[in-house]
Amino acid sequence: MSLKINQREADGVTVVQMSGRLTLGDATVQLRETMRGLLENGKKKIVLNLNEVGYIDSSGLGELVSNFTTVKNQGGELKLASLTQKVNDLLTVTKLYTVFEVHNDEAAAIQSFR
Amino acid sequence: MSPEPRHVKVTLQTTLESVDLGEDLAQQVAGTAGFDEDERYKIGMAVRECIVNALEHGNRGDAKKQIEVRFLLEADRLVVQVQDEGAGFALNAIPDPRTDENLLKSSGRGLFLVRTFMDDLQVKRGQVGGAMVTMTKLYSTNHSGPADLNQEKEKEQ
Repeated sequence: MSLKINQREADGVTVVQMSGRLTLGDATVQLRETMRGLLENGKKKIVLNLNEVGYIDSSGLGELVSNFTTVKNQGGELKLASLTQKVNDLLTVTKLYTVFEVHNDEAAAIQSFR
Repeated sequence: MSPEPRHVKVTLQTTLESVDLGEDLAQQVAGTAGFDEDERYKIGMAVRECIVNALEHGNRGDAKKQIEVRFLLEADRLVVQVQDEGAGFALNAIPDPRTDENLLKSSGRGLFLVRTFMDDLQVKRGQVGGAMVTMTKLYSTNHSGPADLNQEKEKEQ
């Protein structure tokens, strides 16, 4: 299953809704290009809603980290919301939970920017 | 007397499509071996990461080189071997991606995940060169063991 990405605005925050598998190849490129587009348009408050992402491989994890750093270096914030159990477990074993600000749901992630 | 181990061998091209193919096959073999959904996911992920490693770091994307994957269903474990045609590597030279200096790196987590998801991981030089990664998953105590594979299979992609 390939990755689908949609984006929407809520209270000045850009929510990137991802659905599918975030793995090496088209999916990671797609996420990178989406994030580049957001930054070029001055969008610096970003939430990745991962409630429909059930699978991330090491390349996908690397892409998340890379985007986190890029957004931060441009004065923005990238936060994660609604992790599935498998993704939650991956962030735990890799200690990436200590890097990302993770929220239980999208509303809480948006609220945290206020 | 314990039964003879059964095996499946596939030869994959050095392409991105081989990564998904290898993962799918690993999940099928793990299912045949009787692993549950969570263990099949972990075995599939481990094999996927080894194939990515072989593709990117071993064969360096060279389409003329191949990746060989072998699944051995033994009485108490599933053993998976992934062999490339690269220069080989030492497992102890792979840095821990969880340390402060590596945490924000965009790569270097693949073999860590393999080590996390499998019970054993070894890397040796292959018989004809390249790296031979061998990973093992033991059957759990309530595991029924592998179903009959009917016959030894050899597939060529």
